[in-house]
Amino acid sequence: MVPDDRKYTQEHEWVVVEGDTGTIGVTDYAAGELGDIVFVELPEPGTEFSQGDTVGTIESVKAVADLYVPVSGEILEVNEAVADTPELLNSSPMDDGWLMKVRLADPTEIERLMDAGAYSELTGG
Amino acid sequence: MAYVPHTPEDIRGMLDVIGVGKLDDLFADLPADVRLEGGLDLPDGLTEEEVRRYFVGAAARNHGTSELVSFLGGGVYDSIIPAVCDAIVSRSEFLTAYTPYQPEVSQGTLQAIYEWQSFVCRLTGMDVANASMYDGATALGEALAVAVAARRRQAVVVPATLNPRYRRVVNTMLGGTGVEVIEAPAGPDGTTDPVRLAELVDDKVAAVVIQNPNYLGLVEPTDELAAAAAAGGAVVVACVNPVSLAVLRTPAEYGAEMVVGEAQPFGIPQGWGGPLLGFFACTDKHKRRLPGRIVGRTRDNRGQKGYVLTLQTREQHIRREKATSNICSNQGLNALRATVYLAMLGTEGLQELGEANLVRAAALRRRLALIEGVELPFAGPVFNEVVVRLPRPAAAFNVFARSRGVLAGISLHGLAGCGEGDLLVAVTEKRTSRDLECLAAVLTEYLADGEVAE
Repeated sequence: MVPDDRKYTQEHEWVVVEGDTGTIGVTDYAAGELGDIVFVELPEPGTEFSQGDTVGTIESVKAVADLYVPVSGEILEVNEAVADTPELLNSSPMDDGWLMKVRLADPTEIERLMDAGAYSELTGG
Repeated sequence: MAYVPHTPEDIRGMLDVIGVGKLDDLFADLPADVRLEGGLDLPDGLTEEEVRRYFVGAAARNHGTSELVSFLGGGVYDSIIPAVCDAIVSRSEFLTAYTPYQPEVSQGTLQAIYEWQSFVCRLTGMDVANASMYDGATALGEALAVAVAARRRQAVVVPATLNPRYRRVVNTMLGGTGVEVIEAPAGPDGTTDPVRLAELVDDKVAAVVIQNPNYLGLVEPTDELAAAAAAGGAVVVACVNPVSLAVLRTPAEYGAEMVVGEAQPFGIPQGWGGPLLGFFACTDKHKRRLPGRIVGRTRDNRGQKGYVLTLQTREQHIRREKATSNICSNQGLNALRATVYLAMLGTEGLQELGEANLVRAAALRRRLALIEGVELPFAGPVFNEVVVRLPRPAAAFNVFARSRGVLAGISLHGLAGCGEGDLLVAVTEKRTSRDLECLAAVLTEYLADGEVAE
């Protein structure tokens, strides 16, 4: 079940938009594929990135994945709870395991991301 | 496996299968001007006995520090090597240059590496050390690559008094990645100028290298240099002679986040310049970018102590093109040598070793300064190397001294404002007062009557 309250990317990230703030995380599918996540490196609040930039890494016992920022903007806040207890990403990737909040520089970027239906199709339903 | 050469018939058969007329056609893509015309110009083959004679004769032309009195340093030192080092590293269980494949079945090797890492951490004050690097120069290059990745900046600052061979390796390793290497000048006292350094460290600079002691043997103003680096948001990478850490503060105490260097003085022969032993340690926050192998201690499912390769997700075989390094090994045998050496010396022995270097460097300065015409251009504290200024070219003196059985030092001409009379002279615990007198006598003779000798 892919929630339809948010947008998705090819890199298996999700964004929930409230006003000009986007909350970003990785999908349930991505967390499952990575396996047991042991370390998350998040960007420093205050830094600005463009859509698609690498902003951090997610490390599991078997692989390391880059964390991309799906929308341009300034990092407002990162989820310290995930940095301290990376297993939150496995137990609650779509909710408590959010990664960072971004002030959207260009709200039209959101329109170009996938909706729940398209993402569901990408990940094989 | 049998050695089966390709016969002309084999080659013809294979060419027919793939539909190529002749062997050369396979290399048609190579431009003609880079291809070798005709065959290799090689002499006729030799018999086994002829080869033996050739190499015995060639080897006899080498002269080592067992017969010459050596004051050569510049990063590789002539130290006393206890026989136990050779005895242990020659054991067949340990005799491999690299981290073993299927490492966990080599628990003894992994334990030795773990102990090496622990020694490096204690010496440097860092949280984590890797299993070792090929040499100090490549360790420095790797550290700068880590800093560039960590700070997301595209320049590094190195001192003018950095070992020039390290500088060349850094240029080579960073050159292809578009990282700018900026040089921080030395002041008239031979150490890096903190004010000029502060001017150079802007928001593009990822790291500042502090080599301590520097290539001129001088102890740098580490606190001031580290403060200048920190003010600009750059990571301090300390590059040190680890023997000096027996008597100097740890780099952690002046704010270094990474410490690299050459551990050859720990029981490894100079060997005409190699193989050497690089070490690399860092603070906890950089551990996921630390290159190379790391051995960790853990417990198995029966609760027994065991050693494993850990944090491998940093490494190229997992992180692929995102890895900061392509090293997937370590300098295993030399790391074992250094581990045996340090275990044998112990804390007190290491302190005595450091003090022995200090005492001899002081004696060297005093003695050479007594010689008419010889000056000491730099007055600051040194560990085990001294610059002496001769009234005539140091390179010519080296030739003269060599004829008297003395390797006098390294000519510094052209480095960090040094002139052609400047000679870098190193001492270690191995140099006796008689050795020192020998150097002084040769130098006195040369300066008194050099024209005839040349």
